[in-house]
Amino acid sequence: MRSEPVVQVRSLVKRYGAKTAVDGLDLEAGAGVTAVLGPNGAGKTTTVETCEGYRRPDSGTVRVLGLDPVREASALRPRIGVMLQSGGVYSGARADEMLRHVARLHAHPLDVDTLIERLGLTGCGRTSYRRLSGGQQQRLALAMAVVGRPELVFLDEPTAGLDPQARRATWDLVRDLRADGVSVILTTHYMDEAEQLADDVAIIDSGRVVAQGSPEALCRGGAENTLRFTGRPGLDVGSLLKALPVDSSAGEVTPGAYRIVGKVNPQLLATVTSWCAQHGVMPDRISVERHTLEDVFLELTGKELRS
Amino acid sequence: MTTVGTFAPKPGAAPLPRMIAAQAALETRMLLRNGEQLLLTVVIPTLLLLLFGSVDIVDTGAGKAVDFLAPGILALAVMSTAFTGQAIATGFERRYGVLKRLASSPLPRWGLMTAKTASVLVTEVLQVVLLTVIAYALGWSPHGDPLSVLLLLVLGTAAFSGLGLLMAGTLKAEATLAAANLVFLLLLVGGGVIVPLDKFPAGAQDVLALLPITALSDGLRDVLQHGAGMPVGDLAVLVVWAVVGLAAAGRFFRWE
Repeated sequence: MRSEPVVQVRSLVKRYGAKTAVDGLDLEAGAGVTAVLGPNGAGKTTTVETCEGYRRPDSGTVRVLGLDPVREASALRPRIGVMLQSGGVYSGARADEMLRHVARLHAHPLDVDTLIERLGLTGCGRTSYRRLSGGQQQRLALAMAVVGRPELVFLDEPTAGLDPQARRATWDLVRDLRADGVSVILTTHYMDEAEQLADDVAIIDSGRVVAQGSPEALCRGGAENTLRFTGRPGLDVGSLLKALPVDSSAGEVTPGAYRIVGKVNPQLLATVTSWCAQHGVMPDRISVERHTLEDVFLELTGKELRS
Repeated sequence: MTTVGTFAPKPGAAPLPRMIAAQAALETRMLLRNGEQLLLTVVIPTLLLLLFGSVDIVDTGAGKAVDFLAPGILALAVMSTAFTGQAIATGFERRYGVLKRLASSPLPRWGLMTAKTASVLVTEVLQVVLLTVIAYALGWSPHGDPLSVLLLLVLGTAAFSGLGLLMAGTLKAEATLAAANLVFLLLLVGGGVIVPLDKFPAGAQDVLALLPITALSDGLRDVLQHGAGMPVGDLAVLVVWAVVGLAAAGRFFRWE
């Protein structure tokens, strides 16, 4: 899915008074789905809102679909879809009325009824926005972001507070967007969401991108993985270690419980099992612990609570 | 269910006149659906006209009460829609992110403002028709040049819109709600709408005469009640308010 970048941010700096929200951030997002992760206050929303043209950079450059979001806003706006973190709808407007209105602002909108049905909003078309549940309001905002058939959609925490069914429906929609060639930039706090949906993940902390890559690459690269097995207590760990690649470590954590840390791949697993075979050990409860995106995230951004 | 290709990008803005018309229609619907707004723009002016036009509470000078009242109530209608109603609605649109969301839509900001103005004008036409019918039923006999009346109404709308948007774009929504209602009440009493200006002390009269509501009600009364020509002084006051208000709103309005 790599091609021309849809979003290109270079050395972006954005300050609010004395506080520096974004501090020399570089980010490139290609076609497909890019997830922007980061703790609260890391600068995610500021970065995305600068791309949407809401904020002027204090310094640095931002290009979205090759355009300057502030100076070339009128050329850019019809080509992007925006889902705000909350709000965006007249409190007295009915769900279908607002969606139809946004559709009318575009030249070739999607069929509103199909979209309403697709997002499970069929029953609430006549309900005013303020009487919709939080999840329904989120889905309406999502529908408003895609109804104009944009090339690029910005979703700011699209599933925050949704129940599991609504979350799945949103994920399916994002997958369909991607399959139909729509690029998506989404910010999220949910690691599983990024793992499920994103081609590319950018982790932001303290106003900078601290890691970027596919979820698989981040999980592989961020930390080593672990293989555990149980067997007879007191096995010769030294001899096992000799059989393993040089950058591995092995140890008996508790009597009979062994742990190997290193590049866990099929070769390593084969090495361990053949070593066991040579030593007449029946390895019990063999397990491979893959690092999750969450491990990588916490490793990079620390475990202390952010305000 | 959707099939492959449903979301295939096909971006594009709708033609500008269609966007503005759609926005104006939506804004007007929102306004006419809102109970508090209707109270302000329809119920209060109508009740005041009926009450003071049929019961002799305030001494409105020589002639029929309705001939004095109708121009004042028309001025009040303009203020209620262009100032109070627009300030409150826009303040809450700003608070709820509606302005922010629309700012990323293909509709340009000036298009949104044009639509808001169109929606205010449509509402005012409905108000004027309704109030005129009631006034006629109460025996109103207006005079004067319709062009002067139209000019006064348009300039009054511009002056009040500038002030309303200035308030909505700078204060918090709740503060706008409170302040806009308070100003409405104060100007209703002190702006020559139902209480003749000459009931106030001479010093106060000079100050009150410079208010936009006073200029509008006085100008309308000069023309409609007394058949005067172009009320140049009142028009000048309205022009100054319109220029200052709209310029300040343009300068200080914050979209979120």
